[in-house]
Amino acid sequence: MSERKPFRWHIPIFLAPAVIIYTAVMIIPLFATLDLSLYTTGDDGIHFVGLDNFRTLFGDPRWAKTFWNAFWNNVWFFLINMAVQNPIGIGLAALLSLPGLRFAALYRSAIFVPTILSFVIVGFVWKLILSPIWGIAPGMLTAIGMRHLFEPWLGQETTALITVSLISVWQFIGIPMMLIYAALLSIPEEVIEAAEVDGITGMAQFWRIKLPLILPSIGIISILTFVGNFNAFDLIYVTQGALAGPDFSTDILGTFMYRTFFGFQLQLGDPNMGATIATVMFAIILIGVCLYLFGIQRRMRRYQF
Amino acid sequence: MAMSARSSLPRTVAVHVALITYTLIALFPVFVIVINSMKSRKAIFREPLALPGPGTFDLVGFQTVLSQGNFPLYFGNSLIVTVASLAIVLVFGAMAAFALSEYRWRGNLLMGLYLAIGIMIPIRLGTVAILKGMAAVGLTNTLTSLVLVYSAQGLPLAIFILSEFMRTVSDDLKNAGRIDGLSEYRIFFTLVVPLIRPAMATVAVFTMIPIWNDLWFPLILAPSEATKTVTLGAQTFIGQYVTNWNAVLASLSLAILPVLVLYLVFSRQLIRGITSGAVK
Repeated sequence: MSERKPFRWHIPIFLAPAVIIYTAVMIIPLFATLDLSLYTTGDDGIHFVGLDNFRTLFGDPRWAKTFWNAFWNNVWFFLINMAVQNPIGIGLAALLSLPGLRFAALYRSAIFVPTILSFVIVGFVWKLILSPIWGIAPGMLTAIGMRHLFEPWLGQETTALITVSLISVWQFIGIPMMLIYAALLSIPEEVIEAAEVDGITGMAQFWRIKLPLILPSIGIISILTFVGNFNAFDLIYVTQGALAGPDFSTDILGTFMYRTFFGFQLQLGDPNMGATIATVMFAIILIGVCLYLFGIQRRMRRYQF
Repeated sequence: MAMSARSSLPRTVAVHVALITYTLIALFPVFVIVINSMKSRKAIFREPLALPGPGTFDLVGFQTVLSQGNFPLYFGNSLIVTVASLAIVLVFGAMAAFALSEYRWRGNLLMGLYLAIGIMIPIRLGTVAILKGMAAVGLTNTLTSLVLVYSAQGLPLAIFILSEFMRTVSDDLKNAGRIDGLSEYRIFFTLVVPLIRPAMATVAVFTMIPIWNDLWFPLILAPSEATKTVTLGAQTFIGQYVTNWNAVLASLSLAILPVLVLYLVFSRQLIRGITSGAVK
């Protein structure tokens, strides 16, 4: 394909359907949302207000208080997910990839089941289990003589966020497990054999040989967790409602944006402030992704086998 | 977890104990829902962990759900939306992936990057404008609006994964086809597509699960009774019947069932796709 040829019509024809749908339904609305955040809607129509909406969001004490509350809750939500979900996921993958393990496929499928369930199911079943009234959790704690440890975890301001985060961990642990499992399986047998010849086996083998080799996959998991968590909404909505109770202790950016856009109780919905919050979320995710791409991924060594 | 040799008995036992423990944690909530959905109201409260037995077995919950809720309709809606979006993502995604991976042309890299934005930036952030746009063209409360949104959401990752895969298809085969006078379209549909079927199955599973389970877009774009999906339907049903535990548990069981079946059908394919390097 070196000499000059007639225009290759098949290239645009192959690309067009996907690019048109993607551009019309995703890219244009994304930028239109950024644009909407620069306007305000009053009784007399729509006005351009520049960055006023952002000034309101960060400057008005009521808005700022809600925003920063949601932001820090979101940071905690992310940190708990990172600290609990990913190490357990990696550990499970390491166990599953042990050579000659029986029932590996069975375990793998079972552990992935929560990931395929909808948030509605996940939220409701954990509400049931942790409910002080129906009380499977209190009942089970009674059975092992630790009833005094039970608290209404989802209903207390101090514990609600942690509880919701752990439910999220329970739900999504399948993803790091699967990706790390795949990465571990792709380590060539020769590398493992060479390690064994050198007397590096068991835990030492995991820490010194396998872990460095799967670091790129761990990086991908981290960024997936980050984007997923800062975009989360459903789990909080189904367990705690749009008000993200008790007293906004589980409010994150997704629920804050939903309430602002659609209104709740006595407050009217405000599409422009909703778009402003979406823009801030956009910026947060973009900063995170760029930090990962330029800060972490470029320094990571990739091994070619 | 002291591990010395490759297969010592205590080590194997420890590994299995750890995995069984986590498997129980993963499956326990599902188990609780399913067993209690088949019990009488009294039995649900008295012994939530007991299996349904002769005295406690009762399908009243399912009867309520089937007579009160519009579940067959919701189920049909979810099926239409999921299948239509999946078809669009797979066919158009594979076509775009072929254009990106097969030919060298000016703007190829740029187009790849443009499509990759969608992998990292969630489509939800455009919701405000999507709703405005859908209202402007009269698509609110239609299944079409959901299909469009989910197609746009699924395409970027599908194109990325599929184009990685297409690079592994041998050039000799395609060139042989060209020498035989096949058009580029025939080469794509009759030679390339059959070879990347495993990757397409992986993409199908990854695309399908979030679509089936999504609550956000049905809630915002299509909340009318006629267009409710199963996920939204179950959520509203729970809201209305909070105190009717039989019905709530039965509706949850019904919502679990289809995904579980789909997952079991596709799970081997999913694992093969992941381990053969589709997602790395």
